[in-house]
Amino acid sequence: MKMAASAKKRTAGGKAERAELLPQRELRNIVDVVLRLAKSTDAQETEVHVDEAANALTRFANNGIHQNVFEHSVTVSVRTAVAGRTARASTNRLDEDSLRDAIASSLSLAHSQPKDPRLLPMPGKQRYRTVNRFVEATAKLTPEDRARAVRCACDLAVKKGQVAAGIFASGMTQSAVGNSRGLFASYRQTHSQFSITMQEDPAASWAKADSADVRKVDPQKLAGRASEKAHLAGNAEELQPGRYTVILEPAAVLDLLGFLFYDFAATAMQDMRSCLNERMGKQLFGKNISISDDAFHPLQQGAPFDGEGIPRQKVELVEGGVPKNLVYSRSSAKASGKKSTGHGFALPNEYGEAPMNLVFGGGDSSVEKMVASTERGLLVTRLWYIREVDPYEKVMTGMTRDGLFLVESGRVTGAARNFRFNQSLIEMLNHVEMMSPAVRATGEESFEMVVPAMKVRDFHFSEVTKF
Amino acid sequence: MWDLCTDALDTAKLRGASYGDVRVMHLRQRDLTTKNGQVGTLAQSESIGIGIRVLANGAWGFASTDRLTREGVASCAAQAVSIAKASALAKRSDVVLAPEKAYVDSWQSPFRKDPFEIPLETQLAVLLAADAEMRKAKGVTLTETNMQFRKIDSWFASSIGSRIHHRKVISGCGIGATSFQGGEIQKRSYPNSFGGQHALEGYELIESLELVKHAPRVAEEAAALHAAEQCPEKIGTLILAGNQLGLQIHESVGHPIELDRVLGQEANFAGTSFLTLDQLNKLKYASSIVNVVADARLDHGPGLGTFAYDDEGVPAQCTDIIKDGKFRGYLSNRETAHLIGLERSSGTMRTESWNRLPIIRMTNVSLLPGTWDYEDLIADTHDGILMDTNRSWSIDDRRYQFQFSTEIGWEIKGGKKARMLKNPSYSGITTEFWNSCDAICKFDHWKLWGTPNCGKGQPMQVMGTGHGAAPARFRNVRIGTAFSKQ
Repeated sequence: MKMAASAKKRTAGGKAERAELLPQRELRNIVDVVLRLAKSTDAQETEVHVDEAANALTRFANNGIHQNVFEHSVTVSVRTAVAGRTARASTNRLDEDSLRDAIASSLSLAHSQPKDPRLLPMPGKQRYRTVNRFVEATAKLTPEDRARAVRCACDLAVKKGQVAAGIFASGMTQSAVGNSRGLFASYRQTHSQFSITMQEDPAASWAKADSADVRKVDPQKLAGRASEKAHLAGNAEELQPGRYTVILEPAAVLDLLGFLFYDFAATAMQDMRSCLNERMGKQLFGKNISISDDAFHPLQQGAPFDGEGIPRQKVELVEGGVPKNLVYSRSSAKASGKKSTGHGFALPNEYGEAPMNLVFGGGDSSVEKMVASTERGLLVTRLWYIREVDPYEKVMTGMTRDGLFLVESGRVTGAARNFRFNQSLIEMLNHVEMMSPAVRATGEESFEMVVPAMKVRDFHFSEVTKF
Repeated sequence: MWDLCTDALDTAKLRGASYGDVRVMHLRQRDLTTKNGQVGTLAQSESIGIGIRVLANGAWGFASTDRLTREGVASCAAQAVSIAKASALAKRSDVVLAPEKAYVDSWQSPFRKDPFEIPLETQLAVLLAADAEMRKAKGVTLTETNMQFRKIDSWFASSIGSRIHHRKVISGCGIGATSFQGGEIQKRSYPNSFGGQHALEGYELIESLELVKHAPRVAEEAAALHAAEQCPEKIGTLILAGNQLGLQIHESVGHPIELDRVLGQEANFAGTSFLTLDQLNKLKYASSIVNVVADARLDHGPGLGTFAYDDEGVPAQCTDIIKDGKFRGYLSNRETAHLIGLERSSGTMRTESWNRLPIIRMTNVSLLPGTWDYEDLIADTHDGILMDTNRSWSIDDRRYQFQFSTEIGWEIKGGKKARMLKNPSYSGITTEFWNSCDAICKFDHWKLWGTPNCGKGQPMQVMGTGHGAAPARFRNVRIGTAFSKQ
């Protein structure tokens, strides 16, 4: 059995070992091996994806580490096309026999279906803009480094009479896509994330940050912030449900507005399940709302190419509150008489494409200024369990969590019990009164985006819970 | 595979582990979808690797790799021990496990037709036929169908001497029709939303669900919903169809009884639970007709939470959760069982794959059947609303306050099913809701529903859970809040 590639590990001074990613030439080698093997089949075209991940995550609760994990994997995914039909098969076995099996599985699946008249030939060679999001300091982070940072955060909790829970994650990933028409693209990045919940029974608060560069994530600062807010979150008052002015911190904005992302897919429009159907070009949101998709924004992450290897482009989705453009895969672009914007998912799929690097335009305010300008309202730390109630009016439901604060006469005067909301995002984006500059935000309900904090009037809270 | 397991355990012991368990898993999956009469996804995947969990210096470490060579496995085991020793730098106290015996066993889930042996053409033909039937209905703007099959082999070995092989075959399918009309999107699904019905069965499950037969009704209802009356906003009587009740059980019983949540281990992500330890055997969780069990045994049915042993080597069990309305039990593992003084784990450690740490998960958390015939239940309801097939679900991070909406509702007037209602929703507080249950249908109407998409843990793991339910009635429920314009 001949091996196409092998991963390596190294040992550093008796400390925990860490994986190294395959050299990028090895990714190319795997792609070339698959393309060579496919030549001896009846595949007319072949596309290969190689994805490698080496991820670690240290999890803590009750002021101590309770889970601590590491994973390393390489996956090879093969798409063949034959006589107007295409299908995909994946494996994480890298020997040539297994790769040959994956090609055969892909062909078998492809042959089993009717001809697809919309299937396009695979794209040829492309040119890519370079982005560098691989940071050695992140790649070198060890379990001991993470444990020491967690220990400091937990020590703070103990000192404050609080209980800490959270994660410190780091890792590196790389991917490559190549096809039998000569296209080849590859990309690697690092990532790090620290999230902490500080509990001061029965209250709690939370802080989280995410960056390709672990040196830009400050666990102690985040722990301190969560600790201070948890202390303020005690003695929560039960308020009546109704419409309130809210100041949404960036994580709350992200988790809520993140649910809009698929509405900007051309395929969602063609399927008539986007909230933008019959609304493109109209004044749908307030004039202060602008949204773009920009994989090259300095606060964004992700590959500069899509699932077919097409270069990503920056797309202005909303300008001055008017939805102007959608994102396209090659297939949806052809159906609409447009050009691909490089947002397609790997084929075959039924969802088409989506903007994965949303950037919301911000303002020049700050959370502090928003609080100071508010006669009566609520400051929201984060939102939780958000689900879509009405897909066209884009009504979302969910809960506030880990710190809901009452604002009166320009200052925070106490904490409030958590509310359930039922709020239309379209209505909300007509009620934005102030915004901070946009920052890279991370939450739990949507993928990371660049969003501002927002002050929003008449936000609809429908019910209150018991804490 | 057993040699690899033994190598991993030997290396872990040599490096200083006081306990270790390993899982070699081989997962095979096939996904088929159609949309508007065309094939959407057509994909097959396989993944094989090893996950090694160890205790060293009183703390946990876990590492996984897909390099299934002796060198790769040894390196992975050493990595797990190194990580455990790093964990010990910030441990709270030494981990102690509740006692468990060693088992040597092999188990395969029963199925009649291996879905991977059924020709793809046959499977696609069913989906395309159902898709075509739905597209015949006027007003339908989007049709979708799906099938998913999984075959999972796992080899579990632990340092206490267990060697357990599992083979599980899981099948699932569903169809859905969407209608966009007049600034409104309505959808109907069968046999359930968000992927349909899934179970620990073979292709016989797909055949039994008769997708093509149900397709016309699904499509017609999607289009008809536009003209239906809006579900009113009121406090009233609610009847839940089994598929919606399954999700209600999942969210408001299944999650709060997870002992890791109760003990604060999920405080940063999935949340905690209102079921604090002082509530056990004291809380009146529900009305006296409500009995809920967590049952992983095959006797309970071929659910997504059915197995012979959990991923910690503990045999499948049936645990009383709610007995005659009283709160009686948690879902535990060996570590949390010891922490609260239980003699033994309830056997609920489960992992998504070889590269994920086993965590406490629901098995089959089911509401046991009651005594009512469905027809009698409707006839006995003077004024109520029947809600069917989930559309949205949300609950707070301690599992008190929830809100659900469903795809369709039906007004019940004078003991009869009357007009269709659109945009139905209901909300409440968990214990108040379950204490308002006054009727549960009997076994003839009971079905073991599969929830294939339960997310928990960091890194995220998606797990399938089972929920047996028959239609049931609840009084004085807040109805219609989700669409309130207040």
